Amino acid sequence: MDEMLREYLPILVFLAVAIALGLILILAALVIAVRRPDPEKVSAYECGFNAFDDARMKFDVRFYLVSILFIIFDLEIAFLFPWAVAFKDISMTGFWSMMVFLGVLTAGFAYEWKKGALEWQ
Amino acid sequence: MADFFMNHPLGIALLIIGQIFLLVIPLLVALAFLMYADRKIWAAVQMRRGPNVVGVFGLLQSFADFGKYIVKEVVVPAGADKSVFFMAPMVSLVMALIAWAVIPFNDGWVLSNINVAILYVFAVSSLEVYGVIMGGWASNSKYPFLGSLRSAAQMISYEVSIGLIIIGVIISSGSMNFGDIVRSQDGDWGVFNWYWLPHFPMLFLFLISALAETNRPPFDLPEAESELVAGYQVEYSSTPFLLFMIGELVAVVLMCALISLMFFGGWLSPVPFLPDGIVWMILKMGFVFFIFSMVKAITPRYRYDQLMRLGWKVFLPFSLVWVVFVAFAAKFEWFWGVYARWTVGG
Repeated sequence: MDEMLREYLPILVFLAVAIALGLILILAALVIAVRRPDPEKVSAYECGFNAFDDARMKFDVRFYLVSILFIIFDLEIAFLFPWAVAFKDISMTGFWSMMVFLGVLTAGFAYEWKKGALEWQ
Repeated sequence: MADFFMNHPLGIALLIIGQIFLLVIPLLVALAFLMYADRKIWAAVQMRRGPNVVGVFGLLQSFADFGKYIVKEVVVPAGADKSVFFMAPMVSLVMALIAWAVIPFNDGWVLSNINVAILYVFAVSSLEVYGVIMGGWASNSKYPFLGSLRSAAQMISYEVSIGLIIIGVIISSGSMNFGDIVRSQDGDWGVFNWYWLPHFPMLFLFLISALAETNRPPFDLPEAESELVAGYQVEYSSTPFLLFMIGELVAVVLMCALISLMFFGGWLSPVPFLPDGIVWMILKMGFVFFIFSMVKAITPRYRYDQLMRLGWKVFLPFSLVWVVFVAFAAKFEWFWGVYARWTVGG
């Protein structure tokens, strides 16, 4: 077996063990505990009232905005990872090009800050 | 015998499963006592007694709780998407558990010695947000839905600064393997060789981001009981709820392990004349967990707009500037080269 792939095998087995553990716990409650559902018990919780309408409703666009910003910054961090690992072997060109990239990113960040994309009132 | 465990497929499988149980069982038992410790510390700060009925000093409280969870009825809400409803706590638990595969407790005591360990932990812990989103969506109830939205936005916001802090540590150590990161902190001065000193402000940023990332107080907004009752967990009962709880606590202890490995030198001994060993790793994790508990006990909860402001307008710019600072310090060997430690560990 390839030596590098050999190191990933425990993760795969661990995944299976963790799923089995979760399944056992859920099934244990389903098997052992008494289940007597009635319409009042299984209705959605809304502080004692009957639910007004469907819960899958419109939500604030800000949450959407936050996730877009997250994708941008997370991608940038994904760029930084290989650069940081190879840092000791990187030439001055590599070093400064990442600094320019971070500068561009900071400019974008300042713009979205100025635009009020980070405001929650 | 050794040949069987090294070369035969069945032997390899048995060896791996044995190692996994050697990791998971002590972890889950430790978790039960950490839960107890958490409640005791919280109680002590408020001058209460805390759990003291089950077992000596209430030590078996968590096991009694576990027994009670198992015999409770599993309520599935009428409008719920059944498969997703049960998958959500599974995702939460599984993602929290498998991240432990790459955490070393002593030199070489690691399940899977991969060279992208820290990236793997980062990736797996960002998948945890799916458990929250799925749980909130599948319940088909308003409080879980709002709670899961809030929680997801909070978790991804703080992940950005956690990522940038990790980059700083990687630049200093020159490797993504936790073993190498710890070995690069080894030196003649013991405690002063560890990264908490050169990366000092980042230690606090990481600690606070870890609190926010794992939804611990004072950032437990998804569970703000005065406004959202219990967030995405409202409709959950019995063991599905227990899985969420275990997942959350495993993630908290994982953050303790990450802080010990990245900033406090993992298994290295703080003074040069004492031997290194697993006992130091456990002590450091316990210490960080104690701080987590104390923060829970003594700080009031944040408001949501304050939380987002702190994440995006304070932590993100600060950690970004810090990455640039560390890069310059490492490249040009400022401060006697303390930021360029890849030569120490090799």
